[in-house]
Parts: sequence; structure tokens; C-alpha cells
Amino acid sequence: MRVSIKPLAVGVASALMFAGAASAQNVKIGFIEGLSGPFGGVGQNQLKHFQYAAERFSGKQANSGVTVEIVPLDSKGSPQEALALLKKATDDGIRFVSQGNGSNVAGVLIDAINKHNERNPGKEVVFLNYAAIDPDFTNAKCSPWHFRFDAGVDMKIEGLTNYMKDRKDIKNVYVIGQNYSFGQQVSKFTEAMLKAKRPDVKIVGNELHPLGQVKDFAPYVAKIMAANADAVVTGNWGPDLVLLIRAASAAGYKGSFYTFYAGVIGTPTAIGAGGADRVHQVSYWHPNSAQSEIESVYTGFKAKFNEEFYTVAAVNAVRFLVAGVEKSKSTDAVKVAKAMAGMKMKGASGEDIEMRASDGALQQAMYISQWTKAGGKDVKFDQENTGFGFKTVRYLQPEQSTMATTCKMPKR
Amino acid sequence: MSMLNGLSYGLLLFMLSAGLTLIFSMMGVLNFAHASFYMIGAYFAYQLSSWSNYWVGFLIAPILVALLGGLFERYMLRKTHKFGHVAELLLTFGLSFVILELVQLVWGRTSVDYAIPTAMQAPLFKLYDSTFQTYRGFMMLVALLMLVSLYLLLKKTRIGLVIQAALTHPDTTEALGHNVPRVFAYVFAGGCGLAALAGVIGGNAFITEPGMAQSVGAIIFVVVVVGGMGSLGGALIASILIGLMQTFAVGLDWSILGGAKSLGVEITSATPGYSLWSLKLSQIAPILPYLLLVLMLIVRPKGIMGTRDE
Repeated sequence: MRVSIKPLAVGVASALMFAGAASAQNVKIGFIEGLSGPFGGVGQNQLKHFQYAAERFSGKQANSGVTVEIVPLDSKGSPQEALALLKKATDDGIRFVSQGNGSNVAGVLIDAINKHNERNPGKEVVFLNYAAIDPDFTNAKCSPWHFRFDAGVDMKIEGLTNYMKDRKDIKNVYVIGQNYSFGQQVSKFTEAMLKAKRPDVKIVGNELHPLGQVKDFAPYVAKIMAANADAVVTGNWGPDLVLLIRAASAAGYKGSFYTFYAGVIGTPTAIGAGGADRVHQVSYWHPNSAQSEIESVYTGFKAKFNEEFYTVAAVNAVRFLVAGVEKSKSTDAVKVAKAMAGMKMKGASGEDIEMRASDGALQQAMYISQWTKAGGKDVKFDQENTGFGFKTVRYLQPEQSTMATTCKMPKR
Repeated sequence: MSMLNGLSYGLLLFMLSAGLTLIFSMMGVLNFAHASFYMIGAYFAYQLSSWSNYWVGFLIAPILVALLGGLFERYMLRKTHKFGHVAELLLTFGLSFVILELVQLVWGRTSVDYAIPTAMQAPLFKLYDSTFQTYRGFMMLVALLMLVSLYLLLKKTRIGLVIQAALTHPDTTEALGHNVPRVFAYVFAGGCGLAALAGVIGGNAFITEPGMAQSVGAIIFVVVVVGGMGSLGGALIASILIGLMQTFAVGLDWSILGGAKSLGVEITSATPGYSLWSLKLSQIAPILPYLLLVLMLIVRPKGIMGTRDE
């Protein structure tokens, strides 16, 4: 008797399991990020973005059969630790990983994932990059397993210089950045694109400083002022940007700043009233950009964590992943990657966004915004209760900041 | 202007390392948690200033931290003393992690808004085009006052005499009827208080966040080693040296490439090792102190004014 029951029981159990898998699918994102250390504050805040995005845009709340779970993995910002964590994630059966803070880390992750996928067919891993914007990742070093939801340095500087070109008050530009791949790219592209669009503008300085090491930016500001710069372009983020802007206001610097990450946690507080009408940001979104559904995400996030929401890329990464799983009806990384490539949807501001198949770069709108006193219809939301917020001074359609790619995409 | 920036940064470093070097010369313990006391100082001052005003934080935070330091010495460090220096070292090492986690639990992992009082945000004076912020002047003033009072305390008062005696001849001092362990506790508390004072005035000049202890931790060890273990004068010279060195190096765009060019040797991007040759002094400014540390250990291991010959 016993012998005859067992196969039946197994059969029923597997049938139940199968039914379960078909109606509800769970996908884990291994969130490999520096959650402690000098940039830990930023990493923790990004983790909340992902957790919130998973809550809102997958599973029950999104009315989807696909539930995304975020697995935090602390790399302390180090490429070596990130590699070890990638190994741990793949061993644990995680097939989707995400990282963003630091193109140096993203670069080694891409290489490692390429190798891993080549050697472990059937256990492929897909990389959802939400903020590492070295353009190499979608050009020379492009990978079929890499999808970038932020805009590349080249796209951002294309947009930024299109705006700066019309600002006739800009004559002397100083470029300062963190000495690693991203900072170097910012300096390279800014110099080249400004030269092409405004040959009369002088680049009076091009400075790189060590990443996250400088405590006192006063000497750098003294140098900027000595060079007579009326505009500073910087890719600095986190404490490096906070300290730079603080030192500039302490020294009474009157020029304007063109930044990438003025909206990142802690930075708005540091800018405060001193940066009014002088600090600019180029980004693919800001809280006062044309709104749609994302406005409730912004307010909901603030209500839940009492922190600012700004990484729309986290939302897009989750949305594309969910749509990819739904479309391919599978959680297999290869099938999902194929489904995500070339996928189109509506972006945060209602514009059409597309995950370009030829290089894995999300094509999206771009905003140049200015730090302005809140109130009125342009600046509905202020940042970190400072009474100041970002005002759009230039909106660029996705096709206005798109860049051609040299990527020869290998087969998946 | 660079001179003043360098001086004010150097003096802040001195405030931080004065306590560390005092504790080291007295107890032979390199206090790994020293920078953590600096951090708590900044956070306490932030908390107190958000409840009342800046000056309350400025006065009370260092006292609170000194008390904590004293308690730590009395109930933990003294207990491990009999197991030797390694145990003490490990204890302070562990403490630095505990403090870091506690700070993150209480105040979160991101930076807090610990602002400079508005009265002192105004420029003190103008030199060429750049202004010198009043707060930087205030930082220098506090550091100098601390330096003078520390000097007077150690050289001109009775307790200073006992401290100095306990530094070099603890057994004899004890035999003369002084409570040397208590003196140790005072010095430890005082050192922590000084670190906290540095945190109170450095936390808002720079940034108050959990990473702040780590970011100054390495540099104050450089100061202590370069200045000579246990030498206050040496620490002063070393801090100002490092402050000035970092500030001036940022302003200098010298590189091996430029030097070679003036000698008539052309280095282009095709030359092997181009990225090394084209590295500018300003780019490596923040790592210069560590270079100095290595050089100092090779050339003069006891430091500028060190007296220990081991």
C-alpha cells in the first residue's frame, strides 16, 4: 500500500508546485553596494529606493504575479568585496544583481559576469546597473548581460553642454572630479564637448582628486578662485560634493556649479540657501519635473522613510525586470534579458523610454535643473526641508540627448 | 589664503592628536578609538545644539565625552591593563567598532545637519578675491587657546607636574603617594575630551557622518608617528606640517612630465607609464601625509621630537 501512495503524493506535490510557479514568480535582486564605509550613507539610501520600488512595482501592489525581493549585500564600496559577494549571490541562486555607486565596481562586476555566464550556461546572471555611468559600459566594454537605467556620462554631458552653450555669462570653466573612471570621463567629455560647442569658453582648470579622501576642500576652492572660474563642472557625489560646496560657500565663491548629483541624500542640506540659483544639476528626473504616477512614489517614499526619493532608475530597474519576467514567462536570466532588450514603456515623466537593444542603455529624457527657492508652480517640492528645490531650466527629449554607440553586442 | 587654510586644518589635526599622543606617552596604549571620540563629540554637539544652541553643545559635549572616556578607562581599560598592551590595543580597536555601530543606530547612517552658527558664517576678512570665514578663525583661536592652556597645565601646575612625573617614572610617583591610576584616568578622559572638542568644531566645518572617524583616524596616527610618539611639541609641528603640505600641494600642478619637459625630455601619451609620469602633485596631495609617514619611519623612526629609543 505504502509503495503505491508515495508516487501519487509526489505527483500531487509537484503539480501544486508547478501551479504555484505559474501564477506567482519570485525574483531576487542581489543588491551589491557599499552599505558601510565612506559612501555607506548613500548606499543605504539607494537600498531603500530598491526596497520601496519592489514593494510598489511588483507583487500585490502592482497587481503582478511577479514579486521582486531585494537581497542587500554590503560590498563596502570595494571592487574585491563586490566580486566575492557576486560569487556568494550566484551560489545562492540569485540571477539578477544590481549595483550603481562607483563605475570602478561596476566595471569589475561586468567582467566577472561575462566570464561567469560563459562558464556556467544555465546559471547566467544579469546586471541591472542603476547608477554607474561610465560610457564604456555601453560602448567598448558593452555586454549582453548589462542593462543601464541611468543615463551615461556622455548623454548627461551632451545635455549639460547644450544648456551651457546658451549661457553667455559662462566664460571660464573649471572641471573638478574624483580620480576614478567616472570622474575622468566627466573631465574628458566636458572638455571635448564644450570646446566643440563653445570654442570661446576657456577651460581654466581640470582637476582630479582622490575618491572620498579629501576632508578639506578649501585649497581646491582657493585654486578655483585663483583661476577666475565663473562655472565649475563636477561629477562629485556624496561627501565629496557636500564638502566641495561647503568649502566654496565658506570662501565666498560666487560662480555657479554644474553637477550630476546635487539631489543625492545629504547634499541638498549642504547646499542650502547659499547655493540658490547657482547650483545646477543634470539628471534624468527630479522631483519638480513633469509628474505622473511617480509623484505618489515620491511622496510615499518620503512619508515612509523621511528621506528624499530621487533614484527613479531603481523604479525603472524593477519595472523592466518585472515586465521582462512577465513577457518571457520565465525567471531564467537569459530569457528575461532577451525580453528586456528593446523593451519600451512610459517613463517617470510620461515620456517614451526604451531599453536600447544595441547597447543596453536606457534612452530617456534629461533635465537641467536649478536650485531655487521653493513655492510657486515650478518648485512644488523642496528638498530635505531646506525651503529650496530644483526647477527645470531645460528639458531634453530622449532623442535630444541620445548618443550613438560603438557597441558590437555579443550574442546572448 | 592657502597658508591660513593649511594652518587652520593643521591646528584642528593637532587638537585631535594632542590627546592621542598624551595617552600614548602615558599609558603606552595607542588608542584606536580616539577618532571615535572625535566623532561622538561632533554628534553630541549636533544633538545638544539642535535642542538648544551651538554654545551649549560647544561647552557640554566635550565634558560629556571626557566623562565617557574616563568611565571607559576606569571600568574597561584598567581591567585589561594587567594582560599587557596587546589586550588594551585590541580593546580600543573593538570599542571603535562598537561606537561606530552605536552612532549609526542612534543617528542613522547618513550625515546629519550640524550647521555652523549663522553669526560665524560671515566672512572675517577678504584677501584678494576669496574670503576667510569667521568660523575658520574661530577654529584656530580655540586650538591655540587649547594649546596654551595645555602647556600651562602641564608645565605650571601641580597636577601637571604629577602627570609629567607619572609619564616617565610611574613607580616612583606612586611611591611618593600619588594615585597614578587615577592620574591615568584623568589623562585618558582629558585626551578624549580634547578629541571631542575637535569634533565639536570640526564636525560642522566639514561633515558629521559615521564615516568621519575613519577618515581622520589614519591621519592622526600619521601625526603622532611623525611628530614623535608621546611628544606634544612634535605633534604640533607634525600637524601644522601636514596641514600646510596638503594645502600647498593642491595648488601645485607639478608632475614628473613637466619636470622632464623643462629638462628637454619629451614624454607623450605613447611613453610607457605615461599615467604615472603625468600624475600631478595636486592629484596626490591627500596621500602625501602617508608618504611622509613611510619616509619618517625609514629615516628617523622616533619622529621629529620623539624621545623614545626602542
